[in-house]
Amino acid sequence: MTAVVGPNGSGKSTLLKGLTGILHPLGGRIDRGNLKTSRIAYLPQAAEIDRSFPITILDVVSLGLWHHVGMFGGLKSKHWQQARQALGAVGLAGFEDRAIGNLSAGQFQRVLFARLLLQDCPVILLDEPFTAIDERTTADLLDVVRGWHAEKRTIIAVLHDLEQVQLFFPRTLMLAREPIGWGDTAEILTPENLQLCRRMSEAWDEAAEVCLISQP
Amino acid sequence: MMYLFNFFLAPFQDFAFMRHALVACLALALGCGPVGVLLVLKRMSLVGDALSHAVLPGVAIGFLASGLSLYAMTLGGIVAGLAVALVAGAVARFTLLKEDASFAAVYLMSLALGVLIVSLRGSNIDLIHILFGTILAVDDADLVLVASISSITLVTLSLIYRPLVVECFDPGYLRSVGGWGTVMHFIFLVLVVLNLVAGFRALGTLMAVGLMMVPAASARFWAREVWSMALVAVFIAMLSGYAGLILSFHVNLPSGPAIILTAGLCYIFSVMLGVHGSIYSRRKPGLHLGG
Repeated sequence: MTAVVGPNGSGKSTLLKGLTGILHPLGGRIDRGNLKTSRIAYLPQAAEIDRSFPITILDVVSLGLWHHVGMFGGLKSKHWQQARQALGAVGLAGFEDRAIGNLSAGQFQRVLFARLLLQDCPVILLDEPFTAIDERTTADLLDVVRGWHAEKRTIIAVLHDLEQVQLFFPRTLMLAREPIGWGDTAEILTPENLQLCRRMSEAWDEAAEVCLISQP
Repeated sequence: MMYLFNFFLAPFQDFAFMRHALVACLALALGCGPVGVLLVLKRMSLVGDALSHAVLPGVAIGFLASGLSLYAMTLGGIVAGLAVALVAGAVARFTLLKEDASFAAVYLMSLALGVLIVSLRGSNIDLIHILFGTILAVDDADLVLVASISSITLVTLSLIYRPLVVECFDPGYLRSVGGWGTVMHFIFLVLVVLNLVAGFRALGTLMAVGLMMVPAASARFWAREVWSMALVAVFIAMLSGYAGLILSFHVNLPSGPAIILTAGLCYIFSVMLGVHGSIYSRRKPGLHLGG
């Protein structure tokens, strides 16, 4: 369970996109072991989702079963049951047949978490999952995340709330265009490191040269 | 009773061309309904319009090569439509330009080329036939073509329904589970072109897109899910086809515009009184859902 922190533009989202295989590294390579990219669950920062789309909540959640059902397979009653359970686990039982257009931002985030639950992936990437979400919803969804942690899944989450990181995430990676530090949260979130980050966001070079690839 | 029969059914009993026209409209409605719904949901409504114009040079070349031959014109239309769809779709996918702008640029080139070819040879009457269609001269070969294209459309859609809907709804997710989004998108564009070509003989290149988009846009006000929306769209398209033909028969109007205008009336009705998001449903105090 690792938190990724750092100022805007420091490369946090880029890192996650690289891990999922959406972006290819300019240099170096990404070692995913034997894991296929389709078994990495990814919740983007601002999903390209049309919230007025005519689809029911249960249908959205059941998409999490893609790995089992595939492009053409049919959903059996067992699958619908699983989807209902996932929806119950994020506190939205009884909302199955509503259109997604009726949901608030927080409720919709719960739906996306239910879909992640069903995806049942060993690695889960979350890009600012709690931005613009109220406290209650954040607490509930953090419970879900800790459940994954207890199930020995790998969770990598981009976060801005440092208090949250200190409370819940044992490991932290700090980025400011280059890695500042990676290790136990208490050792990384030090005043010196935070100072480094702050300086990075101020140092914007108008006439920056195109970088030659130097990363390992 | 007799009067009603004479008004609503007798034209089809008495005249073979009316029967042909009706069957063509019903078959077209089956294919165009769902395709139009997906275009609306993909926010590509005007892309259908663009593609319908893009078909013109192919039809014109087919016309030049072998006169008013169904097969030459159909084949030409399909080739031209696909070429435009692929080029414009590829520009949108792989460059900075968005789908609407790239389609606008490519279809205008295609349309200009088509008008140029038609005006080099052939009289204005021919151009009008190509642009506005001749639904009352639909023959058996046309019917077979329209029916085949509708069948292909429905079978293909039922196969790729899930990835296609997800590609509309959440393309990022489809990408992350490895769902072949780009392939689905192009298969869908092929279906759009096929249906427009099916419509052009009956309704003309300009009106063909009407039977696709107007019922689909109206259906948005009546349904909450993609499949039910497609059903509503097919129903509205069939109804407009039938009512438009009856109207054109009794009042002696050109059939293509009569059909599309009937669909237009359905659209106005839906905008005003539809169940979801219409003027009426937004004015009345919303039902609050518990929970």
